[in-house]
Amino acid sequence: MANAVLPTLTPPDVDGGPPARKRVKAKPKRQNLAGWLFVGPVIFGVLFFQLAPVAASLVVSLTNWTGLNSPKFLGLGNYRELFTVDDTFYPSLRNTVIFTLVVVILTIGIGLGLAVLCNQKVKGIGIFRTLYYSPAVTNVVAIGFVWFWLYNPDNGLFNSTLKTIGIDGPAWLSDTKTALIAVIIVAIWQGVGYPMVILLAGLQSIDSSLIEAATVDGASAWRRFWAVVVPLLTPSLFFLTITQFITSFQVFGIIYVMTSGGPNNATSVFIFHIYETAFGHGRLGYASAMGWVLFVIVGVVTAIQWKMEKRWVHYDN
Amino acid sequence: MTTEALRIPVNKPPRHLPRRVVVLFVLIFFAVVFAMPMLWMVSASLKPENEVLQSPPTFIPSTFQWGNYSQAGDGLLPFFLNSCKLAALNVGFLLLFASLAGYGFARLNFAFKNLAFALLLSTAMIPSMVYLVPQYMLFREMGWIDTHYPLWIPNVLTPVFGTFLLRQAFRGVPMELEEAAKLDGASTFGTFWRIMLPQVKPALAAVGALTFMGSWNDLFGPLIFLNSTRLQTMPIALALFKGEYFTQTNLMMAAATLTILPPLLLFLLAQKYFVQGITMSGLKG
Repeated sequence: MANAVLPTLTPPDVDGGPPARKRVKAKPKRQNLAGWLFVGPVIFGVLFFQLAPVAASLVVSLTNWTGLNSPKFLGLGNYRELFTVDDTFYPSLRNTVIFTLVVVILTIGIGLGLAVLCNQKVKGIGIFRTLYYSPAVTNVVAIGFVWFWLYNPDNGLFNSTLKTIGIDGPAWLSDTKTALIAVIIVAIWQGVGYPMVILLAGLQSIDSSLIEAATVDGASAWRRFWAVVVPLLTPSLFFLTITQFITSFQVFGIIYVMTSGGPNNATSVFIFHIYETAFGHGRLGYASAMGWVLFVIVGVVTAIQWKMEKRWVHYDN
Repeated sequence: MTTEALRIPVNKPPRHLPRRVVVLFVLIFFAVVFAMPMLWMVSASLKPENEVLQSPPTFIPSTFQWGNYSQAGDGLLPFFLNSCKLAALNVGFLLLFASLAGYGFARLNFAFKNLAFALLLSTAMIPSMVYLVPQYMLFREMGWIDTHYPLWIPNVLTPVFGTFLLRQAFRGVPMELEEAAKLDGASTFGTFWRIMLPQVKPALAAVGALTFMGSWNDLFGPLIFLNSTRLQTMPIALALFKGEYFTQTNLMMAAATLTILPPLLLFLLAQKYFVQGITMSGLKG
């Protein structure tokens, strides 16, 4: 797709004919000012609010700054503490990895199933699409409370329902064994809409003649799906593994609202740990070091995903 | 329908006939799964206090206590207004800056254009946690802590996705339209504002809808940059008041419903643009 669009970057000259020649001389100079006036605010914003703070945070991460003291240079001390002393780091990293793996795989898997369902020609299919996507627009605080109550061991809907059929339900969020699973269920419920919409768009852009050809060749519906449809969807699937990984690895809202990392750090995730370090304990230097470790992990995993792209992603051209 | 019913048995055994029934059944099953938490929330929000925690639970309230909503709504009103103000500022100014930049990148030639565009896109990869601490200190220096400024000014000046989407939209507008305006003596800005901007309304709607959702559902920003309760947004107020104003679960659920309602309504109304915006985010550019 990128290739198809790129050539138009240098606009009118291609089909402009003779009149274009005159303007070619005058254009570049005048447009420098106009161009930068148009894109200037956004470039300024990105430099001032994002890139400069990113650079600053690398410097801060080498100090013991709290925002109130005069910072002392520690070298790599913060990083050493994180990897060798901090006893919340590894549990929170472990939880983040489990959370991310399960959520990425299941949201994309279920999203694919729902996209196929929503691609069926059934009356009122629009209503179903809307319903499946709607959890994605709900506010995490409000919906966190609802789920918190659904999970209540005594009077929540789940355990009340289980009780009527004679089962004693688990303690969900207050049991270290089930808390992470309970949070993951909410994340999947809320997170499945995005992959569904992306994959549905992917399905609808598939050339139906390819599927008809496979049908004529005698391929069963099951085989058509895995041998024709899924390979054609791999660019969308690849895009989703990248974006879902980046967002899941930075999960914060659900944890903050539902468990605050508890019980006993069973649901403490990396971002929550950073948040507490920076704004709970005021250790800004240390939190910056953690931010950079996060950045490196996300960067390395994303780079590996790009490296593996050729092995499984098919582009039709 | 009849033609299909006739056709299918030819190459498939008759048990394939109820395929539609199976599809519909699965569709409804998932609809129940996805809607259940929200239905349960609305149901509880209308119940009298003693019915909420009743076991076994009832799905349809014995009496509909609409008063729960006015009671919960009274407490939330100032925060609702804060959320509306921030959403309006975010949507309005983000659309302005993103469309300016989108047009610049789509149609103007200027020095270092490709470099600037690459710079813009590269920031999409950086986790916000990396720059949060220096950003916080920057805002403290500027006297922005405990004001609404950090909740919209940085957002509207860094609209990476919005710029990208609008750039794509401007590229789709026929060149002739712009040429004609130029021949009539319109300035670059005049051409952009009067001729080009009306051409990309669907993209503006898509970016606007996504920006509204982001602003309304923002948790981190208000949590970190605001201290005073009176400045808080609706979702944070909900969290703060848990157990204070809304000691009763039914009132809590009414408040939660009120918080979820605005984005949900917008999604239902602007669904087409919304889905378009999300789909565009999946395009490789």
